[in-house]
Amino acid sequence: MKTPRKWQDRINPSVQEIPFSGIRRFFDLVSEMKGVISLGVGEPDFVTPWHIREACVYSLEKGYTMYTSNKGMLELREEIARYLAETYRVVFDPRNEILITVGVSEGLDLAMRTILCPGDEVLIPEPSYVSYAPVTKLAGARPVHLKTSAENGFVVTAGMVEKAVTSRTKALVLCYPNNPTGATIDRQHLLEIAEVVRKHDLIVVSDEIYDRLTYSGEHTCVSALPGMRDRTILLNGFSKSYAMTGWRVGYAAGNRDFISAMTKIHQYTMLCAPITAQAAALEALKNGRPGMQRMVEQYNRRRRLLLQGFQEMGLPCFEPRGAFYAFPDISNTGMSSEEFAQELLQEEKVAVVPGNAFGDQGEGFVRCSYAASVEDLTEALRRMGRFLKRRESGGRILTAFFTGEEPKKEGIYQTL
Amino acid sequence: MKEILELLENDARLTPRQIAAMLDLEEKTVAGIIKDLEEKKVILGYFTLVNWDKVGEEKVTALIEVKISPQREVGFDAVAERVYRFPEVRTVRLVSGTYDLLVLVQGNTLKEVAEFVSQKLALLENVLSTTTHFVLKTYKHQGTIVEDGEEDRRLMITP
Repeated sequence: MKTPRKWQDRINPSVQEIPFSGIRRFFDLVSEMKGVISLGVGEPDFVTPWHIREACVYSLEKGYTMYTSNKGMLELREEIARYLAETYRVVFDPRNEILITVGVSEGLDLAMRTILCPGDEVLIPEPSYVSYAPVTKLAGARPVHLKTSAENGFVVTAGMVEKAVTSRTKALVLCYPNNPTGATIDRQHLLEIAEVVRKHDLIVVSDEIYDRLTYSGEHTCVSALPGMRDRTILLNGFSKSYAMTGWRVGYAAGNRDFISAMTKIHQYTMLCAPITAQAAALEALKNGRPGMQRMVEQYNRRRRLLLQGFQEMGLPCFEPRGAFYAFPDISNTGMSSEEFAQELLQEEKVAVVPGNAFGDQGEGFVRCSYAASVEDLTEALRRMGRFLKRRESGGRILTAFFTGEEPKKEGIYQTL
Repeated sequence: MKEILELLENDARLTPRQIAAMLDLEEKTVAGIIKDLEEKKVILGYFTLVNWDKVGEEKVTALIEVKISPQREVGFDAVAERVYRFPEVRTVRLVSGTYDLLVLVQGNTLKEVAEFVSQKLALLENVLSTTTHFVLKTYKHQGTIVEDGEEDRRLMITP
């Protein structure tokens, strides 16, 4: 019998080398079970608001089914430019400084491929979203992780950047509000980082997809900082704030050289973002803000509900101020992130994502999304409480007491 | 207070404890406010939306346009009161336009509702005329879509 040919050998080693997202394995486990309450979902539980869907249906009825310009519909780019100018006082020319992408994911890939050369290093905060490092590697460069932790509020500091910079460092990824920690970064921190960035002539790739989901303080757009507009590639989109994940539409904004180069890759690999999604995005920007704010208000309430729940069950949790994730510290249980997630799923049918899926720094944590109904959140909390209690009495839990009502300085809950 | 009302309007089953957590207030404070709102009749009641069709229960609902002649001193209110006192009447609203009262009546059979209109409502003093519209199908009620809302279609775990 002929041995089956090993096609694996024929795969580009740099593709072979990158692992599947750590979430995937867990996903397979969850999808086989019934009655699971999932706090593992990284997308809104709202369906896209009806007026946006209706506008999209209308665009189809009118026959808008063709390609758009490579950069995307001009009207949409203009609306984005207006939004950025109004909200963050940063001005981009819609004609050549904004590119409509297929979600931030494509924007990120384009940005990395545009600026990175083999041997370059990219500074990436950790824990963070699963794409940054693989996309960096695929662009031939090397990810260097900036390890953040609950103690420093899961934010990158100027000192960390300074320490990690080498002669090969090309870019810094900023991703606040952050997935999975829910951390936000304040203006002062950013100003300090910007100084280091300018000193070492770095480029910032700033993923601000959760910008509108900021519950405490105001979001600072990196491009809007003095001297940063031209050295920042700003990535954003509609998925999270307008509950439009499946539409796959986002944008990149930056200096015209970067955007032009990114457009070249986009032109040959994607051609353009789907016109139907662009029509919907246009409606979202034009008329979606009141509805979006109502959703944000609801996330905020659920955020507080979840935090209080963790507090009551004695699960230390850094106070998330953005996105829709909480990142409780489960290390006191004596379990690893994966064990915790797996056993919680098997015993109580609550799905959370092991923190190590977002980098080694996420070990000892699990990501809980509060983009879930109040009913589900309440039930999930009940089950998690029961799970923890059982561990405690079973002697497997060491100590998991919540120390005091008040968050320590800067909203950091103390971890025993 | 407004936020508490908004939350309860959407889900009357929320406990003061949950509401307190969501709004960053004390549980006691929330319970106090709710009690106060109940006493002041700002909160008039807590109800359940039931889709009776699904349990095979036949209920007949009619929307009735009623023209009335207002009375001196008490205007429309006295006539409206004579209408809304009937238990068959579920909702009464004074509206602008070609008629005055919009009355929602519910009964067990078509005949029952028809008889109520012809033998009670239409005969009231100051009621000039009625036009009855029987409800054939309800698509949305109290802000809730009756058939298939939009269930959660998300994958269980996503990055």
